[in-house]
Formats: sequence, structure tokens, C-alpha cells
Amino acid sequence: MKTAVIVFPGSNRDRDMFHALEHITGTRPLSVWHTESTLPDVDLVIVPGGFSYGDYLRSGAIAARSPILKDLVAKADSGVSVFGVCNGFQILTEAGLLPGALMRNAGLTYVCKEVRIETVNTATRFSSKFSNGQVWRCPVSHHDGNYFADADTLRRIEDNGQVVFRYADGTNPNGSINDIAGITNAKGNVLGMMPHPENLIEPLHGGLDGRTLFESLLDEAA
Amino acid sequence: MKARVIVTLKNGVLDPQGKAIEGALGGLGFADIGSVRQGKVFDVELTGSDKDAARAELTKMCEKLLANTVIENYAIEID
Repeated sequence: MKTAVIVFPGSNRDRDMFHALEHITGTRPLSVWHTESTLPDVDLVIVPGGFSYGDYLRSGAIAARSPILKDLVAKADSGVSVFGVCNGFQILTEAGLLPGALMRNAGLTYVCKEVRIETVNTATRFSSKFSNGQVWRCPVSHHDGNYFADADTLRRIEDNGQVVFRYADGTNPNGSINDIAGITNAKGNVLGMMPHPENLIEPLHGGLDGRTLFESLLDEAA
Repeated sequence: MKARVIVTLKNGVLDPQGKAIEGALGGLGFADIGSVRQGKVFDVELTGSDKDAARAELTKMCEKLLANTVIENYAIEID
């Protein structure tokens, strides 16, 4: 599986993602600087976590207007898999590739801890290797992860099965509406989530729970 | 020409920062507060002199960057 990671000024989880992708796919991902105009021909494009542009204006807002985003939108429209984690999720919502918005955590504080995630839709390319209702561990680390969508949008994404991951067992760390932790676009080829599955993929991390998501994508690309 | 753009959260969107400020003001003894909502102000200096053209440009700026219209409203004031 060929992958690329877009790097913005202020990205800081890009290296975690490089490591995870190389470790799991066996192929080193390509790195794409945000000022580039075209993405390479790959199966999966990652928008990594971090603090692009220091979260100025709104988290992800300025990165979402970067030159590379134009081709990212085109690639997403053509069906390429796009996966945004944390700041990447914020960037994808700001770019209009995913519905809703990510607001300041309801508790106002930065949260850095482990939560539990329930996979509520296994019929996506990002979740096919999970069992339905599977609850797994995952780290979160963010200040603006409070997912919000207006009532119509919320009903639409729930009815379409676009909610793939929810915070489980009362571990919602940020006040996200309907405990939403991760959603796809209507077509199902773009996923955004606040938790960091790339940080729980080998024994040294203390668990392998995050691998299943990447293995789902590997399965899809095979 | 000077313009001011005011961005506020839409009604119905939870504003935890506004709530915290509201609580702090209450703690300072300001008793007559119904609620507080936090927003943003942008002072934009424009080089042209046509107010209608400026308003059209500022509207585009709001739609494209200054406001996230999923959660925010904006108002434009031109001097």
C-alpha cells in the first residue's frame, strides 16, 4: 500500500504516522510539504496531528487553505482514501471534506489520556477488520476536539452510517455530540478522528489496539 | 478605508469559553448577567475607496476564512 503524509508548519505527529505506516505497511510513506500543488499517486493520504499554524484563527483553519488542499480535495473526489487524525480531522472539517466542526473541549482543558472507542460501523474501508461494537483503547491529545454538527447534519450522518467511532464507557473526553470520535464523508473514503490510533500499534506503546484500523486499509488496498 | 468584521457563535452552539467567562464575572460580583458569549473582532484596513466593493470583498473573506459558517455568524462594519 502506497501512502503519503502531508506536513504543515506546526505538524508534530507526522513522524509518529511515518513510523506507524512504515511499520504496518512495510513501505516508507512519502512526505508532502503543504506548499506542493500535487500529491503523488498513492492509495492513502494522511493529514497528521499537531498544531498547524499554532491553531491561529481556528484549529486547522489556515492549513485548510494551503495550496496542497486543492489536490487533496480532487483526490478525495476521485475516491482515494484520506485519513485525518486530530489536527488532521480539524483540517478536513475546515476544508469542507467532512461535515461539522471541532470546538473547544467542553471542560476547557487540554486532554491527554487514554479513552475507549467503540467501532459502530464496520462497513467502511477504515474499520472492516473490527468486529461490530468492538471496544478498543486509544490515546487522545487535544484542546479542540468537541465535535459539533447542527441537528440536520447530525441526523444525516447518523442515518448514513457516517459515524464510525464513538467514545465508549463514559470516556468522552471533550463533550462531543453523540459521543462522536470519528466520522467519514458520505462516500466513505475520507475519515477524520480525534484519537491517535498511530500511537498504539506496537508492544512498546503498551498495546496494539490501533493497528486494526491500518490493517483494514491494508486489506482494502490488497 | 477601515472595516471591522465581528464573528460570533451561532445560537444553539455551545460556548464553553463564554460560560467560563460568565462564571468568572459572577464570581467578581457582577450579579445582573444573563449570559456571555465570546466572539472575535478583525480590524481590516482596505486600500480601495468603494464601499460596496469592499463589502463584497469582506463577505468573501468571511465565507472563505474569517468565519467557519458551520458554527459562526459574521457581521461587517465599514467606516
